[in-house]
Amino acid sequence: MLNVGSLNEGFVLDHIQAGKSMLIYKHLGLDKLDCQVAIIKNARSNKMGRKDIIKIEGPLDIVDLDVLGFIDHNITVNIIKNGTIVDKKKLTLPTTVKNVLICKNPRCITSIEQELEQVFILSDKEKEIYRCKYCEEKYTDK
Amino acid sequence: MRHLLSPMDFSVEELDKLLQLASDIEKNPDKYKHMCEGKKLATLFYEPSTRTRLSFESAMLSLGGNVLGFSSADCSSASKGESVSDTIRIISCYADICAMRHPKEGAPMVAASKSSIPVINAGDGGHEHPTQTLTDLLTIRSLKGRLDNLKIGLCGDLKFGRTVHSLINALVRYKNISFVLISPTELRIPDYIREDVLEANNIPYEEVENLEEAMSSLDILYMTRVQRERFFNEDEYIRLKDRYILTKEKMNYANENMLILHPLPRVNEISVEVDDDPRAVYFKQVQYGVYVRMALILTLLELV
Repeated sequence: MLNVGSLNEGFVLDHIQAGKSMLIYKHLGLDKLDCQVAIIKNARSNKMGRKDIIKIEGPLDIVDLDVLGFIDHNITVNIIKNGTIVDKKKLTLPTTVKNVLICKNPRCITSIEQELEQVFILSDKEKEIYRCKYCEEKYTDK
Repeated sequence: MRHLLSPMDFSVEELDKLLQLASDIEKNPDKYKHMCEGKKLATLFYEPSTRTRLSFESAMLSLGGNVLGFSSADCSSASKGESVSDTIRIISCYADICAMRHPKEGAPMVAASKSSIPVINAGDGGHEHPTQTLTDLLTIRSLKGRLDNLKIGLCGDLKFGRTVHSLINALVRYKNISFVLISPTELRIPDYIREDVLEANNIPYEEVENLEEAMSSLDILYMTRVQRERFFNEDEYIRLKDRYILTKEKMNYANENMLILHPLPRVNEISVEVDDDPRAVYFKQVQYGVYVRMALILTLLELV
């Protein structure tokens, strides 16, 4: 059994689909944080079989929950204070995702215009479809 | 201040008002011929277009206004690497309204976000072409007398054909509209139109490959050109370009009231022999394009 030290103050991203933790690590910019970050891959889970977990030491506002909601809104966010879970945050699909995804349409203005924000808008909540604000191309890697 | 980036920027009521104004301009051109005196329209055309640019210029001149602009990216500061955002800020100092055509999709939206004058999308890549849609709507309304209760066949390049995308977007807001989408598999309608527009609004549609079989039930046949400039692969273009050619013989399959529209320019998808058929209204459509652009300029400049 692998042991990872428990958090005193921080938050735990639980129920991450197995294999998605590094995607979250990248999109949340966790590599830029100075605090302790633990990534647990393929942890055993009664509910999911296998899951990934990320433990982050520090206040919740150091990460963008909209980005997390975009990647997987089924992830549970457990807030830890004095070593115990004090709150659970529910994630929702954000209506807009800014500067996280890059439009892959070679005909899109974002491919040439300098310093233009990459903006994707939720166009179908049920099917979780996001489209580029400018060219309406569907984001396909979700 | 308002812009026109998509046909959806206007509500059905606003569209009706605009089309009504265009019809009045058609009947009483003298009433409007001085309304834009002292106003300037900038035509910012980053890719070649004879018809749309001249239509805008003709519209502004018919209103007594003036025009300035460029007709290809090579003649503009874009060739020096200037961004759309910078260009529009500068043009805002020179003109009262502008029409922009750009090969990149969403460019007019970027321009509108930085502009202090109304921006009209005159076509952005394979995305939207709202003033062509206004032209199409005015043509249908004027010649059919209605915009509801219509079965519309769209034929040719439905993938990159922005006029088709914009027309579908606009027509789904009217009652009892249905579509027959006629194209080769490779040029079928993009999923964002199929899913977000047709299916989301419960619009009846069918996707077919055979033009003749579809023709008899149509009120409108909207032909399009397979556009060479939208293909990255020349072989693919050559393989698809002659797939649909409307001939005099094929017109025998159509009913006597079916109208043929085409956004033009035509290459060979409608034989010249069809031009004399009273159902061929694509040259009348060009004239309606001027009236509707006149109405649009007046509306966006808040002169009516």
